[in-house]
Amino acid sequence: MVLSFVDSLWRARLEPLLAAGCAAGADLVEVFLERSDRLGVLAEQERVTSVSPSFGSGAGIRVFRGKADGYRDGFVSTTDLSEAGLLSALDQALGMLGLNRPAGASPRALVPQFAGLPELRDFGQGKADWLAACPGVAETAERLLQGTDRLSVHGRHLQSRRGSYSRDWQEVLVAASDGTFSRDLRLHQTLGLSVLAADGEHRSSVARRFGSSDNPEDLRQWDADAAASDIAASSATMLYADFIEAGTYPVVLANRFGGVIFHEACGHLLETTQLERGTSPFAHKLGEDIAHGAVTAVDEGLSSQSFGSLAMDDEGLEPQRTTLIENGKLKAFLSDRAGELRTGHARTGSGRRQGHGYAAASRMRNTFIAAGPHSPADLIASIDQGIYCKVMGGGSVGPTGQFNFSVEEGYLIENGQLGKPVKGATLIGDAETVMPRISMCANDLELAAGFCGSVSGSIYVTVGQPHIKVDSITVGGR
Amino acid sequence: MLDTQHLYDTMDRLARQEGISQWDLGAACGTDLSVQVDRGEAKQLKGAQRSAVTVRAWNAEGRVGITSCTDFSDAGLALALAGARDASAFGDLEEPPALSPRSTEPTAPLERPWLPLQPIQGMLSTLLAAERQLLDCHGAIGTVPYNGLSERNGERVYVNSLGAQRHQSSSSASLYLYARAEQTGRKPRSAGAVRLAYGSRELDVEGCIAEAAELTISHLDYAPIDTGRYTCVFSPEAFLDLIAAFSNIFNARSVLDGLSLSKRDSLGELLAVPFLSLWDDPRHPGSLGASAFDGEGTPTARLPLIEAGHLANFLHSEATARLFGVAPTGHAGMGAKVSVGPDWFVIGAAPGAGAGDSSLDRHSADGVVWIDSLSALHAGVKASQGSFSLPFDGWLLKGGERRSIEAATVAGDIRTVLRSILALEGEAKLTPDGLCPHVWVEGLSITGEA
Repeated sequence: MVLSFVDSLWRARLEPLLAAGCAAGADLVEVFLERSDRLGVLAEQERVTSVSPSFGSGAGIRVFRGKADGYRDGFVSTTDLSEAGLLSALDQALGMLGLNRPAGASPRALVPQFAGLPELRDFGQGKADWLAACPGVAETAERLLQGTDRLSVHGRHLQSRRGSYSRDWQEVLVAASDGTFSRDLRLHQTLGLSVLAADGEHRSSVARRFGSSDNPEDLRQWDADAAASDIAASSATMLYADFIEAGTYPVVLANRFGGVIFHEACGHLLETTQLERGTSPFAHKLGEDIAHGAVTAVDEGLSSQSFGSLAMDDEGLEPQRTTLIENGKLKAFLSDRAGELRTGHARTGSGRRQGHGYAAASRMRNTFIAAGPHSPADLIASIDQGIYCKVMGGGSVGPTGQFNFSVEEGYLIENGQLGKPVKGATLIGDAETVMPRISMCANDLELAAGFCGSVSGSIYVTVGQPHIKVDSITVGGR
Repeated sequence: MLDTQHLYDTMDRLARQEGISQWDLGAACGTDLSVQVDRGEAKQLKGAQRSAVTVRAWNAEGRVGITSCTDFSDAGLALALAGARDASAFGDLEEPPALSPRSTEPTAPLERPWLPLQPIQGMLSTLLAAERQLLDCHGAIGTVPYNGLSERNGERVYVNSLGAQRHQSSSSASLYLYARAEQTGRKPRSAGAVRLAYGSRELDVEGCIAEAAELTISHLDYAPIDTGRYTCVFSPEAFLDLIAAFSNIFNARSVLDGLSLSKRDSLGELLAVPFLSLWDDPRHPGSLGASAFDGEGTPTARLPLIEAGHLANFLHSEATARLFGVAPTGHAGMGAKVSVGPDWFVIGAAPGAGAGDSSLDRHSADGVVWIDSLSALHAGVKASQGSFSLPFDGWLLKGGERRSIEAATVAGDIRTVLRSILALEGEAKLTPDGLCPHVWVEGLSITGEA
């Protein structure tokens, strides 16, 4: 059983480790410790079909070297948290950079500039009872079954009804030779409902996901009936929808998860990880117009209980509110420790990782386009012939910035009015072209929970926006 | 080194102490090394010591519980077993998994080399040289933004209360190089290549560089394509990706859950053109990640899925096999609800049925779209509906000459695709995900930006 990271054992174990890394010639040594306790529950139709608890622990040790040649780094993760296990991982990380621990003298004597770790910054205070306060398996199962039951009440032609729940409790500690010594307790819960409807050859599948951070009551507060009603309505609408005709259209993207396009197509290009790689077209455009003047975009980790919020990032730094784009002008990039070292952009509390198996990287938190002055109806009314993308699915961005996103629930816009539902649409473009075409933002900003997969694993984020209008975009279809 | 006998003995002892008569355990551990480079410098060097163990326990009612952890010690196993026992109170009584009756059968030997890890500095040198060589291939290639050389070795163990004791060691290495090229006044273009081997010294580095360069250069001269319907020829990699994305067609678990395009009585139905056959062949010599047994300890084996166009078999776990009245096929995961999935596809002509229109040749084709690689399958595939709309990299063929397509998506329905195959062209190509020839398909919707 691994002791909590507030135990004094860890300071005693980590200080010599950091000193040893510095004594070997590293410019910076960082240790990330993690304990986790997770639960997954799946309900299908009227039965709970899977309960999957898991627990684990591990460490990730990262060593930087070489101010002159761009800060190379070595990273090693291990599930062995013993003194010997951590030392072995450190030796491996040092070895990657051609460094070795000096034999003989005490490391602390060799690096007098490392005075030891300061007092622990404990962001986990007041959170000790979160895990116990979460619903247990029986209560979770009951809530999920309420969800699948309400789907059967509201839905038609449903062939499959599923509810899934995941609880992720995590204790993390970050200690680094620059004096970082911070701990946090985190709680993320996510709940999903999905259906597959079938009627002859007609099929529709609809899913929604909800998520929160740091709220043990989240599942208890969930409105199963409202969620089921929304999903069933969407499923019924899309069951008989026609495929969209491919072409170039003006589109209105709905609020909440519509923000996934900004996240994927533009947000990733504003991470220093992309600047380091040389794949962001915005790398040298600070202060320049990169979007329509109607667009202001923000990334922050502060919104209360939002899925992407955090008390400290995975490098021990408090998050902040970062205005990325203001009235169309690029204002800032998202930066982590390596990004600051390599690109010079100051850290923004955006160093994030899935767990100890990944080195942190600059990643988004709660990312959204800010509200504008219009009503959603104004946006629809401004279009003679176009598409209303009410619910977006997933998508991806290629190495050249080309993106594509599926539209889960779409409608034709004809003469300023919503028309018949359409399916099979894919939005295609690239951020440089599309950002200047976002000409109207409505006043109904909302956030939605999601997962983001990238270099440092899968992390919790929110995306968001008000309804927005894109003047022209390529729409793939049949 | 995982000690299978020790794990079995420990679990047996702990289970007796807890009064648990039916249990199983799956464990894996290993070491990974990987390097990435950026314009002549090491970007990141990474190592990982992995360990994971999953324990299932059945209670007196026959309900199963499961718990996973990272701790192989006796104390860790005791905690995992206790967690599984507690979770079993919530196990599904209607369709509970059981131990696979085939978990104690002898497995046929799976001859695969096991190679020790190379020192990471050697891997770094190899990748730096590869990056340099790729950059030198063409003046427009400015960076190789996505690259990596990784190597891993590891072990898997499966033991259960029937006495099964399975063990497998494996080693693997991979290299990927994705280059980015840009010419003045033109959009940046990107393409790449991947190679797999049992160890990093065995990797076909030169072939990977040559393929990445050739593909990237081929996309420099691009043009938009008119939206419309086209005859398409899929590369082996692209067609295998498409089939894998719709593998619920063959998945008995999906059938039972109502999430498959097939139904329980679909076996024998005509699914594809009569000259198409498809096998799942986990032990194929080309399958570098071959497993001797699945997550339930069932031995793996070649299984025909489509024979001469007809749906021939489903992939099964113990639970689905029991419900279908057949034997498990070796395609199970390990869970409270056991997942089922394919391993490695072999696609080819049905014996004696020809390979479709033998006159079709992409080297002389006109007005045909050659789809080289598909993207965003996680988002653009509606597996339970059968439809897809996917961005792709490829070329428009004119008199056999390739012209890169600027940006486009291909859309269709997998059932229509399987019935609209015109030909299987040329020899099957060995890819990381399977064996497949080029596949011609009639009348797919292409959306371009012209």
